[in-house]
Order: sequence, then structure tokens, then C-alpha cells
Amino acid sequence: MSDAAPVEARGLVKRYGELVAVDGVDLTVERGDVFGYLGPNGAGKTTSLRMLLGLIRPTEGTARLFGRDPIVDGARALDGVAGFVEGPRFYPYMSGRKNLRLLADLDGGKNASRIDEVLDVVELRDRAKDRVGGYSHGMRQRLGIAASLLREPKLLLLDDPTTGLDPAGMRDMRELVKRLASEGITILLSSHILAEVEELSNRVAIIRSGTIIYEGLLQELLRSAGGSYRLSTTDVERARALLLARGFEGIQVVGGELRFQADVDAVEAATVALGEAGIGISALVPHTATLEELFLGMTEQEAA
Amino acid sequence: MTRVYKWEVLKLLAQKRNYLGLGAAMLVPLAFVVVLTIQKGGPNDIPLGRYLRETGLATPFVVLFFMSIWAFPLIVALVAGDVVAAESHNGTLKTILTRSRNRGEIYAAKVLATFTYTLLVIFAMGAVALIAASIAWGFHDLTSLSGTAVPAWHGLGLLAASLALYAWPMAGIAAFGLLLSTVTRNSAAAVVGTLMWALLMQLLGVLPGTEAIRPYLLGTQFQAWHGFLRTPADWAPVVRALWVCAFYVTIPLAAGYLVFLRRDVAGE
Repeated sequence: MSDAAPVEARGLVKRYGELVAVDGVDLTVERGDVFGYLGPNGAGKTTSLRMLLGLIRPTEGTARLFGRDPIVDGARALDGVAGFVEGPRFYPYMSGRKNLRLLADLDGGKNASRIDEVLDVVELRDRAKDRVGGYSHGMRQRLGIAASLLREPKLLLLDDPTTGLDPAGMRDMRELVKRLASEGITILLSSHILAEVEELSNRVAIIRSGTIIYEGLLQELLRSAGGSYRLSTTDVERARALLLARGFEGIQVVGGELRFQADVDAVEAATVALGEAGIGISALVPHTATLEELFLGMTEQEAA
Repeated sequence: MTRVYKWEVLKLLAQKRNYLGLGAAMLVPLAFVVVLTIQKGGPNDIPLGRYLRETGLATPFVVLFFMSIWAFPLIVALVAGDVVAAESHNGTLKTILTRSRNRGEIYAAKVLATFTYTLLVIFAMGAVALIAASIAWGFHDLTSLSGTAVPAWHGLGLLAASLALYAWPMAGIAAFGLLLSTVTRNSAAAVVGTLMWALLMQLLGVLPGTEAIRPYLLGTQFQAWHGFLRTPADWAPVVRALWVCAFYVTIPLAAGYLVFLRRDVAGE
């Protein structure tokens, strides 16, 4: 395995006639990242992932996995890479075990001895003899993870892995992703469930209308929207006037409390001033924007 | 490559509907023999038809004639037209294309598996026809198309050679089915299209004014095995079938390969 980044996409474009599905996407996923890839439906997430895996040819640009281009290097580019796009698909007329056996053979056969192990990881060993056609959606998702793990991946691409799972299944899948990440597997996670991405990812990219509008550390993104506070006092009007006098801007009165943005030092000084002015503070709550709020703010700008 | 081929064959065998084609290929000669044992007459106007009750060896040749019109093309089209399109439709194509095999290997394995199935149904028909007819009328010397007697064991060799030669134009139909399956990504369209293609080839062979192109039509090659049953053997139709069918096999396969190699595998 080379020292190249697990994922490096430069200027990826995919056009279908007049429609531009992906428009100049640049992505870099570093080793050890759990990289959240976010975007509204139709933004170009899945198309990008398909290009990364060599399933569709970019109209322009390049996608490299550990330095290899799937279009140029073929299946060799997928060494150490596993995952699924738009849900895992299997042969419904064959058992789960037989499907895994087939995939292990397509990988050269050496991983066939690990089938029981990966079935244990996803807790499917008891149902491995049953036909996949009779599996629930959740079981197929888990079989998809098992099929991915069979390749002993260094990079795992997961497209909405918890879609269709019940709450317990979603929790189990999140735990599994955490565990895999802790074992050093780089994970590119595309998901609609923003709380899930927020919980699991260290870096994120947000795509809108085929274009990346943010790529970077998740914490930085959350911090960028920080410094927001909610203040409840014994006298809202006087408190508001005092804050205005101290240079606070954009103060809103919502439901009997004040909302404003300011840096920590200014807020600390303001609390002292409020006390000296005889205004009681019943609550001062710093409010950190959630990924969902940020995501909606960024992706709905265009719609607005 | 061997592993990919093995799994393509296993996939075909794991689908019940593929047994329908195989079953039909075995049932038709059986029904044919049963009907002829009950009835008196026979298909005297077709090659070897008048010798049906003289030896069980004649029956596979006669059934070959009947099944070439639509039964074998249909059976082969059902598999060839489905082999790529079904994987596109079910999304399993992306599953196998994200493993450690190049597209060329996957395509080649699908072609070989389809040809294996084609050979299997033809030889299964031949075996059932031979066994059933030999039980009914015995395993005796065969009268060749030139009217000479062919020893039974030599006749058996000629039958094997004829079945193998018959499989070659059938491979041409399979190749066209594979092309349609790859291009259309739609099993039904590919199966129907392949059957239409096979019937068109046969239709062109009987239309007036097509005499000049007739030797080069796919349908004509289904009679090439007649050359084996002449005394001495007539190699002209055999050799022509070999090279004519080579075009019908390689051109669609090459076109299908290029499409398969470059196609986008998206949500179908």
C-alpha cells in the first residue's frame, strides 16, 4: 500500500447530457479519517462515490484511491478498498454464506477462511445458510458490511449504511463503524443522518448541486458557528439595554430570553455588569450549532 | 479466471428458471419419442425422418431440425439475454465490479458460462433423444443422407460431432443475446430481441430472392451437420459454418465487450 492518501479526487465532473451531476469535486480523505460526506438528495454524493469506485467514468478529473485510478488501473485500484454504494446488493437466490464465498473467490479466494469471522462480527452466522432473498433490509446491510470486511480493507466507503435500520440496528452499525475506525480503517461515510455523521466523523465535506461547499475538520465547522448565547434575566429590557450599551449587536428577544453572539471575554464582563446593575441572571446558556443546523443553513441557501 | 467462470456457472445453476430451459430441451425429445411410439406416421419429409423407427440414432438428428426453428433459440435467449441485464437490474453488477476482478474477466466468464449452458442443453437433448429412442427402437446402424449404412458406433461419433457443430450457430445466437443484454440492461428486451434476431435469420433463409446471401445466414448453419451424414463426408457446409458463425459470434461479443468495459454502472 503506497503512502498516498486513501482518497484523492481532483476536479471530478460528471455530466449526463445537459445535466451536471458533479461539478469539479475536490476531496481528500487522509489515513485514519472518518470522513462524513454530506449533501441533500441529488447533490452528487452517490455519483461521486461511484466515480471513486470506478463504477462510472468521470467526464473530467481524476479519482485516486491510495494513488491509483480505478479507470486506469482497473480492479487493482481497489486493493484495500471495500464498501458499497446505494446499499449492498447480493444474489437473492443464494445463501448469505454462498454470496460471501463468491465474493471471496472474486478476491482470489484467500479470504474465504474469514467468512465465519466476518459473519460473527455482523452477527449473521446463524442465518448464513438462509437465502438472501429472505433477509430483512437490516440483515442485508449487515451482510454488506461483512462482505466489505472480508477484503480486510484499509478504506471503507459506506453509502447510507444505516438507512432502513431500526434504532437498535442503527446503534449497532454506529458502534461497528466506531470500532472499525479505532482499528485504523479509514472510513468515507455518506449519510443523511447528520447526528450520526456528527457522532462518528472527524472531517466532513458538504456537497451542494454537485459542488463541494465545505471540506475540513468537523470541529472547525462547528466552532465557526460558535459564540452564540441565550440569556434569561430578571429584567429583559434593562439587560438588553445594558448589552447594547456594551457594544453587543444582533440581540434578539425570543420567548422572554435574549439571544446574541459574542466572544467569551465580552460575555464574562457583561455578566459582572449585569450583577452590578442589580439584574439577576437566571440562566446563561452557550449555544453550539449542531451539524444539522449548519448543514441546513449551508445547503438551503441556494434554495432560498 | 477459472474461479469467476465457476461462479458464473453456479449462478446459472442456482436459478430455477434456467432448469426450465434445460428441462424443455430434455422433455421435447422424450415427448417426440412417446408420440411416435403411439402413432404410425412420421416426419418423412425431413432429413433422416423416414429412418426414425429403424434406429434410436436417427431421433436426435430429427429433433435437432425441429428445435432449431424456435425452441433452442428461445432457451438460449432466455439465458444469454438475462446474464448481464439481470445483474444490472438487481445491482449485483456493482457488487462484483468492486472486487478484485477486471471487467474483461467478468465479461469473459459470463460468455463462457452462457456457451457452457448452450452446449449443455444441446447435448442433454441429444442424450435424452438417443436413450429414449434406443429404448423404443433399438441402437442399430444408421442410414446416412446418401443412403449408405453407417455402423451404430460410428453413427454415435457423427451425432457427437453434429451436436458440437450445431452448438456453433447457437453460440452466434447466444453472442447476440449477450450483446443485447449488455447494451439494453433489460432482460425482457434482450430475450425478445434475441429471439426475433434468430427468427429473422431463419425467415431470411426461406424468402425468395435471398439465395445469394443464404449460405451466409446464421439459420443456414443449423443444417451444416448434414455434411457429416453424407458419404463421403461433405466438408463444404461444415467449413463454411465454422467461419461464417465465427463472424456471428465474435462481432457481437467484441461489441458487447467494448460496451461492458466502458459502461457506467449506476442505479439501473
